[in-house]
Amino acid sequence: MQFMLIFSETADDVAKREHPEQSQAYWGAWNAYVGAMAQSGIVVSGNGLQSPHTGTHVQLRDGKRIIHDGPYADTKEMLGGYFIIEVPGLDEALEWAARSPNATTGTTEVRPVLVMAPPAN
Amino acid sequence: MHDSARQTAEVAARDSFGRLSSWLAWQWRDIAAAEDALADALLKALQEWPEKGIPDSPDAWLLAVAKRQLLQWARHDRVRYDPAITVLFDDDEAAPAAPDIPDTRLKLLFVCAHPAIDKSIRTPLMLQTVLGLDAKDIAAAMLVSPTALAQRLVRAKQKIKDTGLRFEEPEARDLPERLHCVLEAIYAASGLERESVEGAEHKTRELQGEALFLCQLVCQLLPDSAEAMGLLALMALRNARQAAQWNADGRFVPLSQQDTALWDKVAIKRADQVLWEAAKLRQHGPFQLEAAIQSAHCHRLFFGFTPWKGIVALYDQLNTHYPTLGSQVAEAVALMHDGQAPLGLQKLDAMDAKSTRGFQPWWLTRAYLLAALDRNGEALGAIEVAIGLTESPKLKLHLLRVKADIG
Repeated sequence: MQFMLIFSETADDVAKREHPEQSQAYWGAWNAYVGAMAQSGIVVSGNGLQSPHTGTHVQLRDGKRIIHDGPYADTKEMLGGYFIIEVPGLDEALEWAARSPNATTGTTEVRPVLVMAPPAN
Repeated sequence: MHDSARQTAEVAARDSFGRLSSWLAWQWRDIAAAEDALADALLKALQEWPEKGIPDSPDAWLLAVAKRQLLQWARHDRVRYDPAITVLFDDDEAAPAAPDIPDTRLKLLFVCAHPAIDKSIRTPLMLQTVLGLDAKDIAAAMLVSPTALAQRLVRAKQKIKDTGLRFEEPEARDLPERLHCVLEAIYAASGLERESVEGAEHKTRELQGEALFLCQLVCQLLPDSAEAMGLLALMALRNARQAAQWNADGRFVPLSQQDTALWDKVAIKRADQVLWEAAKLRQHGPFQLEAAIQSAHCHRLFFGFTPWKGIVALYDQLNTHYPTLGSQVAEAVALMHDGQAPLGLQKLDAMDAKSTRGFQPWWLTRAYLLAALDRNGEALGAIEVAIGLTESPKLKLHLLRVKADIG
């Protein structure tokens, strides 16, 4: 069964990515986590994402484009990355979610991947 | 507000939930209905007692109300129930409320851990039906989805009802196997399986107190069970060292470096006594062996050294007769301390790769063994995986320090 692990990080955690003293521990924890996932053979696909300030939001409202850069001002947690994993069930997916470094301060959401029915002939 | 009345109702809930619900479940052969009826009774108590005063025997009052509720449901549904049972209730209602409630919790424990019940749900079922723990709390402690757990609990109770699993103590010839199922479910709640590897993580957290309570209950209700005593000694020995496991800065302290002055000497002696009493019953089993290993670790308190040879021999016994993932990994650790790291590594590599690849203690032990054999490059790779498999931030920190020591 496939699940998406969606890693949300706090602004403080995102700041650690470039912090002179804390970046090593930050990346060390993520490398270990991603390495353990890869070693377990459960990874279907996944990526970390660049910092939220690099994001651009696009909306169409009443035929008008609304575009703005960076995260929403009032966002407490920001998307830091995602993985799609193949595991026997939700129990195992939760186990992996609990190990993600952001879970201590942020949130990791576990969502089953939607299986679309093949188009009828 | 009538706080004292409210408190009495709550205390009654905690103290008597298991006794009352198992008695009702046993009489009614239906755990879910018994719990519902008791929950209704508790609700009524919380409404009535603050105004009308606390009854002389809260237990008897709750039981009477719950029974009336059950009876009402049964009258609606009488055809489905055995007349013999409903007659029992009718009789009971006519008689004055008897406060003397037989303890049927053992029967309930045996039903919860029945071989016909899926293994993964036995522990939660026990925690809910015998101790009255909230499914949400159980879900958090055991790291499962609350919705999924609630559904599994409902299904398990339905199965008990539908298949008519007998609320009885097993016959003598079945007792050892059935009791082992009960003890295993308690052991699972205790989170002890990974304890023997330094820095290994408990998958189950925060349920040690409940597990200890259940084990004491089994010992009390089934006094001649050596294995139950073994499990009790095992838990007591682990608890006795708990104060030394984290230092003042919140850092993890490995067993071999723990300050034995912080160990609870009285509790260790008491546990040793329990284990000794168990041995006299001459019923062998895995929990006694595990307790003997933990007892051997406590030798350091009395004699200043750890008898690794003896520990290796005990693990050999344990894994010859009752191998588990945790005990096999722990044996490799013991071999390393006994100066047999190559054999330890060999045993580790011989384990089933499918079950070890996500098992944090296995990777951690592999790292220790490789480092002991001066294969530091490989050791670093293994500890990296172990860190990635670790959930607790404090243990992650500890393992990062271990990693720094290797490389």
